[in-house]
Amino acid sequence: MSDMRNVRSAHPWMLRPAIIYLIVLTQAPVLLTLYYSTTNWNFLRPDRPARFVGLQNYLDFFLARDTGRIMLNTLVFSVAVVGLSLVFGMCLALLLSREFRGRNFARTLMITPFLIMPTVSAVMWKNMLFNPAFGLISSTLAALGGPRIDWINQYSMASIVVIVTWEWTPFMMLILLSGLQSLQKDHLEAAQIDGAGPLATFRSVILPHLSRYIEIGVLLETLFVLNIFGEIFTTTTGGPANYTTTLTFNIYLEAFKRWNVGRASAYAVFAVIFANVITLLFLRVMRRQGGNGVAP
Amino acid sequence: MRKKLFLLVVLAVVAGVTVPAMMAAAQENVTLTVTVVNNPDQRRLLQLSDSFQAAHPNIKLSFVMLPENELRDRVTTDITTKAGSFDIVQIGTYETPIFGKNGWLAAIDDLMAQYPDNVQPNYNVDDLIKGIRLGLSYDGKLYAAPFYGESSMLFYNKKMFAAAGLKMPSDPTWDQVREFARKLHKPAKKQYGIALRGLPGWGEVMAPLDTVINTWGGKWFDENWQPQLTSQEFTDAVSFYVKLIQDYGVPGAANNGFSESLTMLAQGQAAMWVDATVAAGFLEDPKQSKVVGNVGFVMAPYEKVKKGYHWLWSWAYAIPTTSQHQAEALQFLTWCTSKDYIDLVGKTYGWATVPPGTRYSTYKNDNYIKAAKAFADVTLKSIESADPTDATRDKVPYTGVQFVGIPEFQGFGTDVSKQISAAIAGTKSVEQALSESQDIVTRAMTDAGYIK
Amino acid sequence: MKGRRRALGHFLSILTIVLAIIIFFPIFWMILTSFKSEADAFTFPPPLFFRPTLDQYDIALGASGYFHYLLNTVIITSLSTLVALLLGVPAAYKLAFYPTKRSNFTLMWIMSTRMLPAVGVIVPLYIIFKNLHWFDTYHGLIVLYTAINLPLVVWMMRSFFQDLPYETIEAARIDGATLVQELLMVMLPMALPGLVSTILLCLIFTWNEFFIAFNLTITKVPPLTVYIVGFKTSEGLFWAKMSAAATVSALPVIIAGWVAQRQMVRGLTAGAIK
Repeated sequence: MSDMRNVRSAHPWMLRPAIIYLIVLTQAPVLLTLYYSTTNWNFLRPDRPARFVGLQNYLDFFLARDTGRIMLNTLVFSVAVVGLSLVFGMCLALLLSREFRGRNFARTLMITPFLIMPTVSAVMWKNMLFNPAFGLISSTLAALGGPRIDWINQYSMASIVVIVTWEWTPFMMLILLSGLQSLQKDHLEAAQIDGAGPLATFRSVILPHLSRYIEIGVLLETLFVLNIFGEIFTTTTGGPANYTTTLTFNIYLEAFKRWNVGRASAYAVFAVIFANVITLLFLRVMRRQGGNGVAP
Repeated sequence: MRKKLFLLVVLAVVAGVTVPAMMAAAQENVTLTVTVVNNPDQRRLLQLSDSFQAAHPNIKLSFVMLPENELRDRVTTDITTKAGSFDIVQIGTYETPIFGKNGWLAAIDDLMAQYPDNVQPNYNVDDLIKGIRLGLSYDGKLYAAPFYGESSMLFYNKKMFAAAGLKMPSDPTWDQVREFARKLHKPAKKQYGIALRGLPGWGEVMAPLDTVINTWGGKWFDENWQPQLTSQEFTDAVSFYVKLIQDYGVPGAANNGFSESLTMLAQGQAAMWVDATVAAGFLEDPKQSKVVGNVGFVMAPYEKVKKGYHWLWSWAYAIPTTSQHQAEALQFLTWCTSKDYIDLVGKTYGWATVPPGTRYSTYKNDNYIKAAKAFADVTLKSIESADPTDATRDKVPYTGVQFVGIPEFQGFGTDVSKQISAAIAGTKSVEQALSESQDIVTRAMTDAGYIK
Repeated sequence: MKGRRRALGHFLSILTIVLAIIIFFPIFWMILTSFKSEADAFTFPPPLFFRPTLDQYDIALGASGYFHYLLNTVIITSLSTLVALLLGVPAAYKLAFYPTKRSNFTLMWIMSTRMLPAVGVIVPLYIIFKNLHWFDTYHGLIVLYTAINLPLVVWMMRSFFQDLPYETIEAARIDGATLVQELLMVMLPMALPGLVSTILLCLIFTWNEFFIAFNLTITKVPPLTVYIVGFKTSEGLFWAKMSAAATVSALPVIIAGWVAQRQMVRGLTAGAIK
């Protein structure tokens, strides 16, 4: 019966269109980016045609004064967001793993931040919550006798981290929740019979089981968070000065504000390299489970 | 059965893509896409555009209204990529010579010769104020028609001054202004000494700041294009500006551009304001301003050098060469920059609100003189005496009072403005901001090949 | 002992609900504000009882050209999802039921394309669009968004197909079904819930996309995400209006997400987690 499977093979053109489509639209442009990164093309100077400059743009990247700041921003931003969403996501997932009335209601509410458009989130937080004169946070603080703080300008990075963490915690939470739900009850009960307290149970039973989920969550979220653009654009536009300019945002600035296409492409190549490193790590984790799902 | 299903799916996809396309192509008339800045004069233009469409039923107008910084981005993108989305773009005395030089704009003179029937009757190009007209030309050809022209001046609240027993001279210095601000700064009563722009953007904070730099004897570049942002004069000027705002300015000034500062004065919360002369009409409009009849207008302050202390700017309309409807665009362009349009605004909204600073005839019009008595003279005097070719103490290789007329300025001007805003917000010292700005400008100029 | 355990349980349950409400609060506040007048929106302390009004929705939906952007978003998301399905479902089917030695690699490669950062390719795309005159066009964006949706469709549908019982295919073949019949008439209908989730997830991600839409459109075709950015600068009193526009923009996706909750993890993690 089972060699029926080998009697027919699928039409090769079931898969090919998809592959071709993706190659043309994703791989080809990357090659072009690589090419542009070796020129000094600038859109605003049609009188000065682009010349081949080799690795000059990459050299400029390492020598530029603000590169250090930008990479630091990128690092701080991604570590803070992913770290915080991991911690909060874990707490929320633990709470939601229990069965109780209203659990679905709570979960539904909690995932909503992830569904909101990034520009809507940003505009909402910037105007209604963070605004020093009329925002809810400042007004509440002022009513309690505290100062009116201009969050977006004084604590710009922190403000953006708050917004993006709020948006992405549900992502981490859902992944960890899946992990918790796949944990077999008998393991937990066995630990309890052995007299382990909740903390010990967490450390020796739950955490090891969740390690794979944590890996996947952290890798994926880092990948996506590195590319965040809308929230920064809407709240601080990378400012004040360049305090909230990440690598992604700087590529946008270089390409579309300074019109320095060559240099922007060089920066973009770095972004692609980082993304590839993370992707490879992720695929390695996937392959460890046979690429078929983590569930036992 | 499966064949039918397959066919149905294909049909759905095809229909979904072609139907909107067909609908778009089915239009007979010409639709002009016009970009406009979001400020009071342009909003009035939108409202009055109905009369244009009534007179020219085959032309439909589609306006794209955006805040200044966003508008510049979109227009620059469209023009440099030749995407051709716009038939008429609103640009200023900065972009026009550059875009004209690159061949991205249609020369108005040539268009008028080519389509004489599409020109508003009695247009009279010679009626345009000379300085404005030169600012919008390149190599002797006009590339944009001015919608309004402006310089900068000092606005002050007469009641507050009288109450404090102070008198504003007709030609104040910045030191005097600082003194006044100190005496009139009463934040507890929501009265602030002076409103000044702090919003990042080369057309926002840098505009007034550049005039301060000029009058302190500073400059952006020496004759060899070496950046001068850390020179004594430049540093002193910026320090003065930043300190003035921090000591006696409006809180949150780092977020305030033209619109926000105008609101402060119009709501009676600021004692003084140095900004665009066009604001005068707005401040005298009872529908928008609480201080009508209470505002004094004098020349912008100077300090050490009486050059370049008030700017020259014109928001104008131009036609990209990519436009498919240049004849119709010329029609609208000459309509909204004509004497007839100015008359229309005067009759509809009051003579104080007409777009100023473009034509000599406006300043000879009795109705206007009567309504704009308080500020017309100062405005005209400011515009006529602002010279973009001679705005600094020392000789410089660039033109422009409140900007540097090279394409790269858009980029580094914005970056520097961000540093300045940070200094105003107190997150950086002026020295730090200028040191980084110097680096930014040096790098941009080296990249562009101005210096080695 | 049991009583204490139960009390603790109750406490945790209530805590969870309270946290959920706190997390949801900003959204709730925004929706509430959309029903206020501008004067009420700016008052603090916010009035507990205020006269709700639909004026803001009138303005947001009417005067500001909102419908234009809504239409754009709908057209772009639905068409790009449709094309992604047309290309992706057959691919997923083959990878699920007719795998070859290379299939695993292919799948991984497909996943990796989804992880390419948009910044990495925006410059060439910009230039290509400029040369093809695809700026500010529907087909331009649809082509790109399809490429974004395609990997999602492939890995989700493959995952769902693999959940289906293999005996059904065998039974169908015994009955003499052709490949196309097998896919369209037997397996796809059985995988319908999975298909629905896939569609919902595609809609969610393309509805919320900003970077590409922002840089490759100008006036004719920008979707809602770009429209909302217009509210980032202060233009006097505008919060209530902004809230109305934002609520209407975000609501469809919120509802879609609530419906597709259970399948979201599978979609978000490339099928790595079910």
